[in-house]
Amino acid sequence: MTAPLTAGSVALDGNITAAPDAPEAFIASRGFWGHVGHRLVRDPVAMAAGILILIVIAIAILSPWITPMDPYKGSMLRRLKPVGDATYWLGSDELGRDMISRLMLGSRLSLFMGVTPVLIAFVIGSGIGILAGYVGGWTNTILMRTIDVFFAFPSVLLAIALSGALGAGIFNSIVSLTCVFVPQIARVAESVTTGIRRRDYIDAAKLSGASAFTIMRVQVLGNVVGPIFVYSTSLISVSMILASGLSFLGLGVRPPEPEWGLMLNTLRTAIYVNPVVAALPGLAIFIVSISFNLFSDGLRSAMEIRQ
Amino acid sequence: MLLYILKRLITVTPVAFGVSIVCFLLVHLAPGDPLSAVLPADATQQTIDDMRAAYGFDKPLPIQYAIWLWHVLHGDLGVSIATGRPVAQEVGRAVVNSLILASVATLIGFTFGVFFGFVAGYRRNSILDRVASALSVFGVSVPHYWLGMVLVIVFSATLGWLPPTGAGPDGSGNWRPDFDHLRYIILPAVTMAVIPMGIIARTVRALVADILSQDFVEALRAKGLSEFGVFKHVVRNAAPTALAIMGLQLGYLLGGSILIETVFAWPGTGFLLNAAIFQRDLPLLQGSILVLAMFFVALNLIVDVMQTALDPRIERA
Amino acid sequence: MSVIPNGLDPFATDRGGPAQPLLSISGLIKHFPVRKGTGPKRVVRAVDGVDFDVLKGETLGIVGESGCGKSTTAKLIMGLIERDSGDMLYDGQAIGERAMPWRSYRRQAQMVFQDSYASLNPRMTVEQSIAFGPKVNGVPGRQAVERARALLARVGLEPKRFAGRYPHEISGGQRQRVNIARALALEPRLVLLDEAVSALDKSVEAQVLNLLLDLKAEFGLTYIFISHDLNVVRFISDRVMVMYLGRVAEIGPSDQVLAAPSHPYTQALLASMPSLDPDNRTQEALLAGDPPNPIDPPSGCRFHPRCTLAEGVCSAVEPSLSPVMPLHRVACLARQPGSGHSAAPSEAIAA
Repeated sequence: MTAPLTAGSVALDGNITAAPDAPEAFIASRGFWGHVGHRLVRDPVAMAAGILILIVIAIAILSPWITPMDPYKGSMLRRLKPVGDATYWLGSDELGRDMISRLMLGSRLSLFMGVTPVLIAFVIGSGIGILAGYVGGWTNTILMRTIDVFFAFPSVLLAIALSGALGAGIFNSIVSLTCVFVPQIARVAESVTTGIRRRDYIDAAKLSGASAFTIMRVQVLGNVVGPIFVYSTSLISVSMILASGLSFLGLGVRPPEPEWGLMLNTLRTAIYVNPVVAALPGLAIFIVSISFNLFSDGLRSAMEIRQ
Repeated sequence: MLLYILKRLITVTPVAFGVSIVCFLLVHLAPGDPLSAVLPADATQQTIDDMRAAYGFDKPLPIQYAIWLWHVLHGDLGVSIATGRPVAQEVGRAVVNSLILASVATLIGFTFGVFFGFVAGYRRNSILDRVASALSVFGVSVPHYWLGMVLVIVFSATLGWLPPTGAGPDGSGNWRPDFDHLRYIILPAVTMAVIPMGIIARTVRALVADILSQDFVEALRAKGLSEFGVFKHVVRNAAPTALAIMGLQLGYLLGGSILIETVFAWPGTGFLLNAAIFQRDLPLLQGSILVLAMFFVALNLIVDVMQTALDPRIERA
Repeated sequence: MSVIPNGLDPFATDRGGPAQPLLSISGLIKHFPVRKGTGPKRVVRAVDGVDFDVLKGETLGIVGESGCGKSTTAKLIMGLIERDSGDMLYDGQAIGERAMPWRSYRRQAQMVFQDSYASLNPRMTVEQSIAFGPKVNGVPGRQAVERARALLARVGLEPKRFAGRYPHEISGGQRQRVNIARALALEPRLVLLDEAVSALDKSVEAQVLNLLLDLKAEFGLTYIFISHDLNVVRFISDRVMVMYLGRVAEIGPSDQVLAAPSHPYTQALLASMPSLDPDNRTQEALLAGDPPNPIDPPSGCRFHPRCTLAEGVCSAVEPSLSPVMPLHRVACLARQPGSGHSAAPSEAIAA
């Protein structure tokens, strides 16, 4: 082998080049997340998607104060105005309510119902998966076989079945979507944890006399949370589509609350009169969903640093 | 191989049991009494009790489950509360329509997905590759019910080329393979095909790129094999995985078709589910979900067995 | 004296004196169940009856082909996997019993793994990795970090430059130095090095080996050094143990075992080493083929299917370790008086 000497072996010969009288300054390292952030910032697609998500979140938070018109106040005389109308910039809906105001306010419920189930499922699913992966044995078998059962349902079917059985409502659709994502996240968490558990540094930690709990907290958790988190962000897009889909079917938000899926449903009757306005809420779902997907993709490739 | 199939059947049995339990419990998740939807508001306690006894709702849960499972295993899914017809009959009719739609969609998605995947895998980082990867992101990010609406807006409402809803001109609710009915399936099938197209394109691209970068391809080229010969090798190596994904996608489409079937008023299981939910027809809800989930389990099994048979690298341990 | 600040309680002073082995292993057995097909339950006989002592202050080298049970033996000694049977005494006390529970044994016995990257937590700085052990053993955080930095300096890594780095930011040789520092952080008496230098470049390997020798002298350590590289083992070991298919083939002082090997397997291993001298090229492949499957080890002497001295008796009788010289023991019927092998010496050698 004619491998060149590594930088390290040079340093080991005693030729330590660091300025000897720089007294402080232990060389600080960016650390893992620092590297990820650094790489993410250089990914234009992911950054654009991230900025778009931030804008939508800002609109969602501020919408009660910044909507140009009252999103609930309709007018029978001004129904289905087209996009570009002098008063209604993005037109008006089938009850004569301002579309742009309703889209802005609708972002609140749409985001909330799309993101919340993934957040809850992230906590529960990680818990189940890490437990199963770290403890192994029978606990693993029982937990993972139960999870297999939920994988026998396509996620759309499971979400609609649960929602249909529980009945319509915001709370119920969040519960059903959470049930859809918990098994998926748990399975990823389990396989990541099982992989980490076999690593030599876990053995080394055992040899130091650390308790199982300490090893889990200090050595395992930091290494599994990242991959599980990235996987979970990739579910937000699906969750947004499903949550709006439930409202579209009438299983989620009830009128007159503005929510993009529900707006899409009530505007279906208007496709012959004003097709562009009828398609707008779906466009909003699509933009947010694709932004989450692209951001998640960027995050994943930024995290593919040598493991 | 037979032994392998047998083993897979054994491992799939507990999953099937779990699925049946989940479907059974669905009804009991529902708030209120399963009968409240059909009983008149002024029903006497006596009527209510009689009805509960008639449907077996007065017994403890495990016994109800055992009785229900016994009936299910004999092909009896109960009676629809709304129509009074056997659930099995209702679901059976709808499944055929759903299967037709999902199969056509899978076929479209597979054809285009494989095409884009191959082109992208062969010409990595070319413009076509970019287009293919944009299409696959589009496929998984677009709310398909909205895409369906957009297609209706363009091709029905604006251009008037294709019918917006239904399965055929007579409105009978059964699709037949003739020209009139063909016009009705185009829009829902294309809408539905977008998701598998994206996923298959992405997978095939990765497969092709991976195979082309392997040493044995270099060796084949060095031996003087023509590009077409290399292409045949790539196809042979990529086929098992691509076919497996296609099978799984068919399952997902079948189970996930409810939103698209609602948009296009396609008389399939999704449409049936929608009706069951809004009429609170719980036996029908339970029955259709059970059938769809079991279909998915069976499809998974078939795909798994076929992939093992096709791909000698997978050990049949 | 040590430059390392001592934050742990002074534990485990020597008990049995220099004559008592630090570690005494006898009848060690580990079989792994294999689940393959639907046939009867079968096991891999990874370690199948191993006896040896590790003397205080020595370096015991363990050599053998891959799959001979070296690494399983290492994991058994460290308690990372549970043994099926066998006795393990640490300084005369049974490990895992009340007098020497695993927890207190482990503070005195540490291990360095082969894969320098996999054995460091990628999310922890070098300093955090080293300080982890002392911290969980009750050393206050600041003191643990100070010790980590002192140890880094001792293994040749300038703390100012390296303490805050992550494993992927340093080279393989540097990582292995960090792993050595981590093993020393708990002030062990026994350090098990499992192929610890095998993955390093030759030049780095030599530096790390010299470091290991220095550390041993400075801290009064005892080493178990596992390797497949006979040259490295010859360089560092006082005694050598040769393993074959889960058994000990030969054990003795390294100058005897490696200069005048007695077991045909050891001879074959030495002969198959590539020679740099063109006049002394390896003439024939003495070790043909791979070792047999440890699920179905050959009957009698496990080496007989590949052995040049094999006779009928070798497939029938299992040889035991018996002395050929004082301190040098061999499991071979051809070296065992009265074994029935035609080449066996006529009379016993006084052990």
